Amino acid sequence: MATWLLRRMFQAALVILAMTVLVFVGVNVIGNPVDIMISPDATQEVRQRAIEALGFDQPLWRQYLTFLGNAVTGDIGKSYVFNQPALDVILQRLPATLELAVSALLLSILIGLPLGLLAGFRPDHPTSRAIMAGSIFGFSLPSFWVGLMLIMTFSVYLGWLPSIGRGQTVSVLGIEVSFLTLDGLKHLALPALNLALYQISMVLRLTRAGVRETLHQDFIKFARAKGLRPRRIVFVHVLKNILIPIVTVVGLGFGHTVAFSVVTETVFAWPGMGKLIIDAINVLDRPIIVAYLMMIVVLFVVINLLVDLTYTLLDPRIRLETQE
Amino acid sequence: MKTILDVCDLCTSFGPVRAVDRVSFSLRSGEVLGLVGESGSGKSVTGFSVIRLLDQPGHISGGRILFHGRDLASETEEGMRQLRGNRIAMIFQDPMMTLNPVLHIDTQMVEAVRAHQKVGVAEARRQARDALGAVGIPSPEERLAAYPHQFSGGMRQRVAIAIALLHNPDVIIADEPTTALDVTIQAQILSEVQRLVRERNTSLIWITHDLSVVAGLADRVAVMYSGRIVEHGPTDPVLDHALHPYTHGLIGSVPSRNRRGQRLAQIPGTTMSIDRRPPGCPFHTRCARAQDVCRTEPPPVSRGAEHTALCFFPMEEAARLEVVQ
Repeated sequence: MATWLLRRMFQAALVILAMTVLVFVGVNVIGNPVDIMISPDATQEVRQRAIEALGFDQPLWRQYLTFLGNAVTGDIGKSYVFNQPALDVILQRLPATLELAVSALLLSILIGLPLGLLAGFRPDHPTSRAIMAGSIFGFSLPSFWVGLMLIMTFSVYLGWLPSIGRGQTVSVLGIEVSFLTLDGLKHLALPALNLALYQISMVLRLTRAGVRETLHQDFIKFARAKGLRPRRIVFVHVLKNILIPIVTVVGLGFGHTVAFSVVTETVFAWPGMGKLIIDAINVLDRPIIVAYLMMIVVLFVVINLLVDLTYTLLDPRIRLETQE
Repeated sequence: MKTILDVCDLCTSFGPVRAVDRVSFSLRSGEVLGLVGESGSGKSVTGFSVIRLLDQPGHISGGRILFHGRDLASETEEGMRQLRGNRIAMIFQDPMMTLNPVLHIDTQMVEAVRAHQKVGVAEARRQARDALGAVGIPSPEERLAAYPHQFSGGMRQRVAIAIALLHNPDVIIADEPTTALDVTIQAQILSEVQRLVRERNTSLIWITHDLSVVAGLADRVAVMYSGRIVEHGPTDPVLDHALHPYTHGLIGSVPSRNRRGQRLAQIPGTTMSIDRRPPGCPFHTRCARAQDVCRTEPPPVSRGAEHTALCFFPMEEAARLEVVQ
């Protein structure tokens, strides 16, 4: 176990290192921030000073090494716009995005799993057919359009829910959260649902497929031959067997939800990282972009690790030590 | 001896196709019935019909299954649940597939105990441990905490047998439980089951395609072909003086030490697909003795009350010799 964990950590470090190269080079290619930050009629001398101050006069590889050296000490650079360490700016926005993503994740499990079980056990029931047809919309409709439709329906026509911002927040351990106030919950509902819709559909379809497959296994028949109650067969024998693919999808889905909450946050003006990154790209605020991308990479690496660890809890046949 | 199970004209259909056609047999307390046939003959479906665990779209479309006088064919699902594993138990063919791979052995045994008895987990676990010990699993206490993949095939089948025996059922339906095991393990499991059912006076329906297994185990034999029982009787008369040409063919195709050097007899042709059953006797397409009447009329039941066969022209002593040579 310890060896496995060490090896995984080492692999993770390599992945992160490779990503720093890609991110750094990529960000350098998309445009020169100096063009945006300095007014076009500034003198050559002023321009030159700005370029030197930002280190852009150095060759790319040296810029990269400097960046890497600073990054190891936790310094990813200062945002050009906010004039604060980029990491701090990102971390300030992180709780809002995490709150949104966790809400979406919970929704996808709480809605997707029961509906998937229903559709799996009663495949010919009209409700199941409706669920399956609906799930196609869930993962094929573009998220921005669904977001706009949600606003149209629930904010404009019905006037039930607010359409922008986080609403009233409460500070818990120094972190602002919305879900503890009624106003905050109202603000959270639409963006969370919007973000969860794709995940709900994925979880639902995977659950259904898993149930259909597992039901024909001999061990389910044997469980019935033992005279077990149907509830126990469903929630212990079937569910535990189909959880592995669901954990994978939910785990990686969480990463996606955090990383690509960009659209939802923009539509609902949710003050999270997604909105920050869009703004940063518009003004070529390189340190913010780099810090954001690095954080997402780390997030995915951590999620993958957790998913692998969960496998061993779910399936005794998976032994991490023996993985070569 | 008391009759435990009385199956009468049982029909099981999958859509329009009758996989089991008017099957009748009865089982007395402590008796072992061998249900023999090729793949697709309907022997497993018969077993699953009795315990009512048919896969969709299979359903019982006719007949009665009287268990202690109670008709299982019209029993409610909850009524069946209370009988399954409790009064009627089943052992499956492939031990690698019958235990849930993600649950501990004790979880799977404790739940089986508690499905029919109001006992605490500790008591259920004690019963599970004793059951494992009874089927010859060494150090049962430690093995309870293991997962199925930590057992060999033979050991898993012993666990399945232990689970089947937990509530001392009246009837155990064993669906080819030794087919997936290697020969030495087969013999062990066979003698183990034989000992256990004898000790407890449990009736056993042993479904198999292997006549040599039946010869040593069963009190009576029912031979199935194309969804019907074509020959039925006490084991020795059926095996020594088979009436039906099909049974005769099956016996002839078992390799034996006494006929070393001779060509092994085989039944010509292959089993008729059950949805294209010919009119008349279903076996006539493969039967050397078939006459015109076999092709048109359904065969009658011939011979005495104990040993019966569905055939117009049951084998006589002379004819048997003729076919063997």
